[in-house]
Amino acid sequence: MEKLDLRSRVERSVSRRTFIKGVVATGATVSAGAYVLRSSGASTASAQGAVERLVTLRVNGQDRRVDVMKQETLAMTLRYKLGLTGTKIGCDRADCGACTVLVDGVPKYSCSLLTHQVRGAEVTTIEGLANGDELHPVQQAVVDEAGFQCAFCAPGFIMAMVGTIQESPSLTRDEMAHALSGNLCRCADYPKILNSAMRAAEYMRSTTA
Amino acid sequence: MADFKLIGQSFAPQDLVAKITGRAKYAEDFRAEGMLFTKLLSSPMPHCRVRSIDYSAALELEGVVAVLTPDEVPQEEHPFEPALTNEPVYEGEPILAVAAVDEVTAANAIELIRVDYEPLPFVLNPLDSLRPGGPDANTGGNVYNGREITTLKWDQSVFDGVGPDQMPIGPGTEEDQWEYGDLEAGFANADLVIEETLYCQSVSHHPMEPRTSMAYWQNGKLYMHGSAQSTAQARRAIADRVGVELDDVFFIAEYCGGGFGSKIRGSVLEVIPALLSRKAGRPVMMRITRAEETMMGRARPGMLGHARLGMRRDGRITALDLFLVQDNGPYSRQGDSSTSGDVSALGYTPEAMRASTVSVLTNTPPRAAQRGPGGVQIVSMLAPVVSRAARQLGVDPLQVHLVNAPNHETEFGRGPYPITSAYVTEALTQCGELFNWSERRQRSGQRNGSKVRGVGMALSPYYGGTSGWDGLVVIRPDGKLYIHQGVGNLGTHSVVDTAKAAAEALDFPWENTEVVWGHSSRHLPHSSSQSGSQTTHAHTRANWVVGEFAKTLLQELAALELGGSSSAYQVSGGRVFGPGGSLTFAQAAERAIARGGKFDGHELPEDINDMTRTSATALAGQGLVAAAKDNLPHTARTYSFVVSMIELDLDLETGMHEILNVTSVADCGTVLNPRSLIAQGNGGVIQGIGIAQSFKWAIDPTWGVHLSKRIEATKPPTMLDIPTELIFAAVDLPDPQNPVGSKGIGEPPVGAGAGALVCAIEDAMGGQHPSHQPLTPDKILSIVENDCLPCGRLETHV
Repeated sequence: MEKLDLRSRVERSVSRRTFIKGVVATGATVSAGAYVLRSSGASTASAQGAVERLVTLRVNGQDRRVDVMKQETLAMTLRYKLGLTGTKIGCDRADCGACTVLVDGVPKYSCSLLTHQVRGAEVTTIEGLANGDELHPVQQAVVDEAGFQCAFCAPGFIMAMVGTIQESPSLTRDEMAHALSGNLCRCADYPKILNSAMRAAEYMRSTTA
Repeated sequence: MADFKLIGQSFAPQDLVAKITGRAKYAEDFRAEGMLFTKLLSSPMPHCRVRSIDYSAALELEGVVAVLTPDEVPQEEHPFEPALTNEPVYEGEPILAVAAVDEVTAANAIELIRVDYEPLPFVLNPLDSLRPGGPDANTGGNVYNGREITTLKWDQSVFDGVGPDQMPIGPGTEEDQWEYGDLEAGFANADLVIEETLYCQSVSHHPMEPRTSMAYWQNGKLYMHGSAQSTAQARRAIADRVGVELDDVFFIAEYCGGGFGSKIRGSVLEVIPALLSRKAGRPVMMRITRAEETMMGRARPGMLGHARLGMRRDGRITALDLFLVQDNGPYSRQGDSSTSGDVSALGYTPEAMRASTVSVLTNTPPRAAQRGPGGVQIVSMLAPVVSRAARQLGVDPLQVHLVNAPNHETEFGRGPYPITSAYVTEALTQCGELFNWSERRQRSGQRNGSKVRGVGMALSPYYGGTSGWDGLVVIRPDGKLYIHQGVGNLGTHSVVDTAKAAAEALDFPWENTEVVWGHSSRHLPHSSSQSGSQTTHAHTRANWVVGEFAKTLLQELAALELGGSSSAYQVSGGRVFGPGGSLTFAQAAERAIARGGKFDGHELPEDINDMTRTSATALAGQGLVAAAKDNLPHTARTYSFVVSMIELDLDLETGMHEILNVTSVADCGTVLNPRSLIAQGNGGVIQGIGIAQSFKWAIDPTWGVHLSKRIEATKPPTMLDIPTELIFAAVDLPDPQNPVGSKGIGEPPVGAGAGALVCAIEDAMGGQHPSHQPLTPDKILSIVENDCLPCGRLETHV
């Protein structure tokens, strides 16, 4: 009965905003989901939040000059300003790890870093690993194990592997699983991804030995 | 069975390097000059009518180029889903779309739109809609009867006297009831009759890649970059939805970042960027946020139900009476509940069985087939009932499965339907040996501090393949064999693995083979979607058939060119050779072009599909072109099977469990690619474990709004929720109705993993379990403490 009462209250006067307020008041959260992103071309300085500033980023060993909004995330800058679409956006909320890149060698979710935060840092993306056609040892290990299925998570996983193995080249399989647990694979190809990571560590050890 | 050179070997698919270097382009990775971005105005409540809408301020915002309203998209007859609507039937359903120069502008424009909504009654739990006077999810009714929507309310007497945790059993819809055998005699002959309330939750597909698409028009033709489980089928669906001719649609989907059934023919939402782009006269990309993906991105229908099962002392199931109420979501009818009956009839071969189901509309996110649709729900709900009956009769669960196992002669269910093959006894035996069932089973119930050992198993049958599709290959003057595939590239590797059948039939070296897929302008044949575990069976058949046909053409060509009878010529190693000498494939391609006619695609078989004919005609004259329809006999239903066994420790203090071993064995016919099979199998088993242990939705019961719009909030399995190594093997015995012996494998592992996990937890709890998935620690603890569950057994979306 209480449910019906509540509904009749809604019927009296409801707008999008009052509804959302009602939802928030009941303890629920509403995801605004407003991405920030600009395409090239027309200027929309009048649009709220669209003011840009020219900065220099160091990405994959190159200095890149780019206009960046103050609230722009690194994932958006990489994908939509620098054309580096290898970095994937799976959730945009630090849930899935598909957007993992290296910042000064440390795996980070690029959806949850502001681009302005990485000025002066060395950013490495999936495009920065191979040397021409010569694959990075971690990539070669993935090929040799036929790792990944749909592979939308692959760039993020591989960046996490590179960062992890560079820091700790001799992890056990369990330790590797912990190190990579910030990345989701919905195909759940986890055993084969771990096989790839363990082989990658082996290749990296022999490359540096 | 012939000795194969390619079938049965592990290969890394050709597209892998592109995927791991960032060069593979998924839908959101494409750009077009002047591309606009889209934001959606979507319903803030689960069911309402838009009384009025004022978007004039949005249109005036600088940078806004076009607004698309429901009046401008095809309004399908219910139950089919429109891309935009004035009567949303679930929270988050798109009402209006804005295209602007960037997403900030589009989002700001959405905020300027004024909408007057009239809230309508809504329903979240199907049982609420079946009560006398209960709300209907749609103004047209609340249940499906066949393809029709009608209204069904149960009499109050159905609910009277039924306890809060008991399933009320009212009439199902007429078309969804069947039975065979003498049910009452079956129960009378049983040594034990057991009854249980059943519940399996709805879960989102949540592929890693949200359903983004980008569209533009050139000269009246639509170019669409999307994410789909089929190129051929998605293209047709887009043409229908947008309202243009098939030949006017170019669909580009080389890579698909996961679908699991949610992108079988692409997405209803692809209409939006296509029509916005036509209206704005510019390319339009529509990116979908994860929150939007949760709402619009499809989900598995949950089920409520009741099972009554009779078992003899030897483990034989004498009778099964199954009643299921399906949470259908707001749109098209889902086949899960119907499939559930078939899967239980095949997996347990009860002597008598009745199935009654009703599919109820609810104002929750739209449903679609999700990997193992119906199979996952019924196996995870019924396996623990079978396991409990076995426990009460003192029979080993493995023995129960062996006693009831289907075999090649089995005719099952309502048909009764014959099947092409069932190596289930072999799979059960092999899995028992690999897992060391009898030894591990001894540890069942052992205590170690607060932990108890549990050992469980489940058998999961699923439909394993269609037939009758087309194959298309070209041998070009470069000496290479080009195998055209209209299936999607979902990541299962089957787009490549099934192509091997054509190369195998021609005894051709794999390194000179090119698989052509993912772009309709590359001339693709009429192919199945990558769903329902069809592809492996369907396209090894189609590719074998077209390979054999190409071989016949080569033999005839050689006889004409070199003399002698065509039957005296052999094809192997990229050559056709015989009494008059030999031709390389490169030479044969040139001679085929010179001769024309049936050799180079200018004359085509009568029975191929129009899509294949168009593609083959476009390729005509480019080499030896062979197109053929799979007319091989397919006289029975094809099913695959997976058995999973799980050992775990359940901590009775925390309600958490630690999985110690997962071993699974498949009967999926001949193995095509062992490494890919293991990956597919284990991935499916892990997805199933996730559904049983944590994956779920939460919807506010008062307002009908979703509370779990992030992946994290739905709790899919991570690397730490499963052992770091799992065992997956196959009996690897050929199916007689497939030329290479293969059957599908995508679906059945999911049900096996889910069922085995539920049974292992139930085993650790001494035969009790909450019958309400997922088996989260709070539910486990409430049983352990003999307390009431944190939610009602029939409460949905909690």
